[in-house]
Amino acid sequence: MNALISQLINLFASVILILAFAMLSQRRIVNLIHLYTWQGLAVVGSTTVVAYVTHQHHLFYSAGLTFLLKVILIPYFLHRLINRLNVRWDIETLFNIPTLMIIGIVLVVFAFNVALPISKFSDTIAHGTLGIALACILLSFLMMITRAKAVPQVIGFLAMENALFLAATSATYGMPMVVELGIALDVLVGILILGVFMFQIREQFDSLDIRHLEKLKED
Amino acid sequence: MSLSGFLSQLLAIVLSLLLAPLLMGWVNQWRCWLQNRSGPGVLQPYRMLHKLFHKESVVAEHASSLFRMAPYIVFGCMVLACAIIPTLSTDLPLSPAADAIALVGLFAVARVFISLAAMDIGTAFGTLGARREMLIGFLAEPALLSVLFTASLISNSTALTSIVEYLAHKDFAIYPSLAFAGIAFTMVSFAENARVPVDNPATHLELTMIHEALILEYSGRHLALIEWASALKLFAYSCMGLALFFPWGIAEAEAPLALIFAIPALVFKLAIGGFLLALIETLSAKMRIFRVPEFLASAFLLAVIGMLVHFLLGA
Repeated sequence: MNALISQLINLFASVILILAFAMLSQRRIVNLIHLYTWQGLAVVGSTTVVAYVTHQHHLFYSAGLTFLLKVILIPYFLHRLINRLNVRWDIETLFNIPTLMIIGIVLVVFAFNVALPISKFSDTIAHGTLGIALACILLSFLMMITRAKAVPQVIGFLAMENALFLAATSATYGMPMVVELGIALDVLVGILILGVFMFQIREQFDSLDIRHLEKLKED
Repeated sequence: MSLSGFLSQLLAIVLSLLLAPLLMGWVNQWRCWLQNRSGPGVLQPYRMLHKLFHKESVVAEHASSLFRMAPYIVFGCMVLACAIIPTLSTDLPLSPAADAIALVGLFAVARVFISLAAMDIGTAFGTLGARREMLIGFLAEPALLSVLFTASLISNSTALTSIVEYLAHKDFAIYPSLAFAGIAFTMVSFAENARVPVDNPATHLELTMIHEALILEYSGRHLALIEWASALKLFAYSCMGLALFFPWGIAEAEAPLALIFAIPALVFKLAIGGFLLALIETLSAKMRIFRVPEFLASAFLLAVIGMLVHFLLGA
């Protein structure tokens, strides 16, 4: 039974990794938000399983918080945001997916190798997924680096937060409740501020392409 | 070779020959229903094969013997593939002849011959179709191999029968690496069977077709054999997917009587699989030919990640 549960946690982690790759290669903004929602749901699933098997009550609370925030509230905000910005069906064209995927693979190999000695010292039930969490963090980084539009960058940032949460659960059964509440609030406030920011950027440059921000430099 | 092994092998071949057109008809029927059309009925592929076998076969003036031979070779390859893949039972005397790697090679032989035959006549469409087929083939093959390698790593064998025996009859376990492999396999089988995101099997619009362009010059019994072979290919891929990812219900060597239950299980799984295939085909749009390498590169990379995840998690 225990073996099956740890396999279930691994499965959830793998789903999160698949979704990270799908987000990396997704051109449409609206699909990106759907993928983010699914990733949040997978994080909730894995946290709940870990909480159930280790009887850590605060993990149940953080799973509930994650569900409320990352599966309902933030996707709702993002959908509203892209509707109001009128970028729902926007497509990003300026990147080469196969190359990006190969870089992604290299990052995964790197993350797995780095995480292997660390996870050996950890005795939590989910220690195997530390490498996957690290890989997801790097993939979200890569996504933020390669995207030129503002909304996908924000989604990359949020996906990174998901991956950090997964890393925390897999390495130490989650952070203390105060820290988790703080992070949740930060993400929520961050998304609101970034939303306002996007309106400002568009007002200034008539586009959400953040490369225009380079012009702000004083020569 | 035991008698029961011989019988189960014979049953597997006969059943795949008979069921393959039915699967094709089932998928087409569901496609019609999902697109609000009434559809020709699930038996249409049989009627088409019957009609084509009774028609005269017209061959171009400059066709070499290769052109005449190719349909038989392709058909033979597909029958052999169906015989190797454990559809009903893992007790297959033919299966030691080819493991998973040789099976991919078998598909490659069929592809090479159909492409050569298409170029043999020298029409523009044939050459165009052959080039596109090879483009898709060389990208799909490594992805398919990586999927099979993931399953081989889990079961420590490249023989399909041992893989299925391991996956179906060990204690139930969840393999995250197989989730990656499953998605990659789905993508590859769409490309290899000329289904919608990559190629439209129903089109005769010249500039978008791949599979139809290859077989444009064939008629009569040659065309019947090729159509039957492509139905067999779809059947082989479906059975391979079912054997790798949903192996329950396949009979073992020690229990030949389980064959009785294996047939309804297979038909049930194929019916669901065919419906899902039609559903995905209806929901997705055909992509540009230059997007296909991207699609297949993603499949290959997913399969590779599957292997990496296996090494990380040991499962």
